[in-house]
Amino acid sequence: MFNYTFHWNQALRALPQMLDGALVTLEIALLSMAIGLACAMVLTLFRLSGNRVLSGFAAVWVEVARNTPALFQIYMAHFGLGNFGIHLSPYAALLAGIAFNNAGYLAENFRGALKAIPDTQARAGRSLGMSSLQAFRYIVMPQMLRIAFLPATNQMVWAILMTSLGVTVGMNTDLAGITQELNARSFRTFEFFALAAVIYYVIAKAVTLAARAFASRMFRY
Amino acid sequence: MFETALTWSDLAFLAQGAGMTLLVTAVSVTAGTVLGVIFGVIRFQVGPYWSIPLTFVLDVFRSVPLLIQLVLGNAFQSIARLGWPPFTTSCVILSLYTAAYCTEIVRGGISSVPVTTRRAARSLGMTWWQDMRYIVAPLATRVSLPSWIGLTLGVMKDSALVLWLGLIELLRASQILVTRLQEPLFILMICGAIYFILSFPVARLGGYLEKRWSPND
Repeated sequence: MFNYTFHWNQALRALPQMLDGALVTLEIALLSMAIGLACAMVLTLFRLSGNRVLSGFAAVWVEVARNTPALFQIYMAHFGLGNFGIHLSPYAALLAGIAFNNAGYLAENFRGALKAIPDTQARAGRSLGMSSLQAFRYIVMPQMLRIAFLPATNQMVWAILMTSLGVTVGMNTDLAGITQELNARSFRTFEFFALAAVIYYVIAKAVTLAARAFASRMFRY
Repeated sequence: MFETALTWSDLAFLAQGAGMTLLVTAVSVTAGTVLGVIFGVIRFQVGPYWSIPLTFVLDVFRSVPLLIQLVLGNAFQSIARLGWPPFTTSCVILSLYTAAYCTEIVRGGISSVPVTTRRAARSLGMTWWQDMRYIVAPLATRVSLPSWIGLTLGVMKDSALVLWLGLIELLRASQILVTRLQEPLFILMICGAIYFILSFPVARLGGYLEKRWSPND
């Protein structure tokens, strides 16, 4: 039909190699998510602090992360930091870029979640003698995480998809990078990338389902 | 730091890149929205069970990295001997990508219209089309527009990935300048600033509309 012979065998033979890459992809996504969550929590605290400088810093971070492409952020980490004599490896640049992006979006999610929690909750905590940090830690944060869990799951899927951008800065150990290397060796572009697409799809679905199962166990009232 | 080899013609080159970004975005968002509205109405109309095939196909576009989609699309067009230039391939893939997200937005918008309102319209003698056109469309647009704006901005940012197919858009243009002038930070800052200027006001508008039009207050 297409006057083109598909060589699926060649792609399937490379499957173990690509699955190794998928592990690296998952590792980067999880790490970036962990760093992003930690940064987002700090940014949220900065925003709540009432300090002009701190909340300004948080606002700039969030707006830059949300209004520029993820690929730009990765380029910034890889090429831009070179001006300061910091030369990140592709792995570190990719991780830094995605973590920066995650932190921005998650901080915005947290802000939305915070709006849904009545002020009276924190005040009740304060009047029970908690410090403001304690009230945040024990009263507000658990509720905030519960509301923000679903958007955070979406962000996790986004993080997995974003890891594929690493190939543009020379990353060659994750799924997209390995696929690109195999492709450069054999020029079986369609076969290799179709297989990669299937693997990405399976990972994304698995993460979504796992998160849903986790949520239905954890967040039962 | 304040001495730079950047010339006005380089800035014009960047502006040209930004123009390409906007062009790709405009074409893909327009086509994607038309497709998305059609798919969204179909999905709503045939119900969750019969729309499983459509849902699955659209879900694939949301669960596979855009970069992989672009490479696959490009490989496919050369296998099928369509002879598309990178610009067409990019726009087709980005349109389908946009349509996948837009379908969800449209479906959400339509299902936010109360059933009773629609039944009232039908019992006044309106046809299905009249009901869709005069009752559902205005109400659903109010709900969907803020997310649609978000989607448009998302597509604009994601359109940076078409550089992989060799299209010279904003990010690729700045990368070319970086390679030539060796001033990565400065040029990337300009590039980021352009993206920010394009995106931020529209994002603010979306946020404002969301607040202004939210049905509960």
